[in-house]
Amino acid sequence: MSAQVRIPTPLRRFTGGAEAISADGATVGALVDHIESNHPGIKERLCDEAGEVRRFVNIFVNGEDIRFINNLDTPVNEGDEVSIVPAIAGGSG
Amino acid sequence: MKYAASPIPKSVREGKVLVVGVGGLGSPAALALALAGVGTIGLVDSDRVELSNLQRQILHFTPDIGKSKVDSAKEKIQQLNPSITVVTHNEWLHAGNLADVFAAYDFIIDGTDGVATKFLINDGAVLLNKPLSHAGIVRFHGQAFTVLPRQTTCLRCLFPVPPHPDDNPTCQEAGILGSLAGSLGSVQAAEAVKYLGGEGELLTDRLLTYDALASRWREVRVRPSPHCPLCGTQQTITSIRPESYELERLCTML
Repeated sequence: MSAQVRIPTPLRRFTGGAEAISADGATVGALVDHIESNHPGIKERLCDEAGEVRRFVNIFVNGEDIRFINNLDTPVNEGDEVSIVPAIAGGSG
Repeated sequence: MKYAASPIPKSVREGKVLVVGVGGLGSPAALALALAGVGTIGLVDSDRVELSNLQRQILHFTPDIGKSKVDSAKEKIQQLNPSITVVTHNEWLHAGNLADVFAAYDFIIDGTDGVATKFLINDGAVLLNKPLSHAGIVRFHGQAFTVLPRQTTCLRCLFPVPPHPDDNPTCQEAGILGSLAGSLGSVQAAEAVKYLGGEGELLTDRLLTYDALASRWREVRVRPSPHCPLCGTQQTITSIRPESYELERLCTML
């Protein structure tokens, strides 16, 4: 399944600056692995050593938080939109 | 709804909004509150104006360099709207003074910079039952949402624990597009005015994101988490403990 993945600005250094990329996978976990194969280094930013999504990163499929669906096993369908949203703590002093 | 001219609704005229941090977010937020006629605006900041602040902190001008930010901001706000009250808190918000500072206000705007303070403000707002507008900005990216304590998603529902510091750039190193701060700060002021006026739909249970590089506003749905340590079913945070907020200041955790 091919999904459109929205990349937040802090991670665009892994995607050559691209704001959105296409990735394949039947689940969010498979999608992340596919992104990692094309953009090495990005998975470590998204997932911890145990392979779980880091707690200061949220991933949404069609605007719904995967933590309330099935985490990395959340299914992805053709044409879905996946958004990666990190916590942002800046406020510009 | 005419919030820029009279008649301003009584609930707005008598409303009290606290702006924590009079920097990139807090400056445009406080400005917009003053123009909307919010009766009392509280300003919290212990910093002094520096030259490097001016590209984004729109209440401070070149002659203000060296002046306290709350005094600088109060001057401009009172020139724009002499009929409102501006209360200055020339101190940094911390676990020990939060309850006293928050007490008099109806709505809190988080315009601060840094992980620990943002979690502190979220926790304080929920524990003291004060509605809150949260926002964060870095480089070209911003996000915002509104918290109605124990009714809608809070910051800890989204991010249960603040991350530990790593090697990421600080805000000063990363830089911020000045107009981005204006965009998000204005969203925060609108939330406060809507809340006071009892009109419209608040930015609750939705996280609004703005990507200035792509010129895209988006939103994702968020939900109160049953596992939230602050407002979930097993609450482990029931008071503000200073040791919980001793973290490095970071712009983004990625």
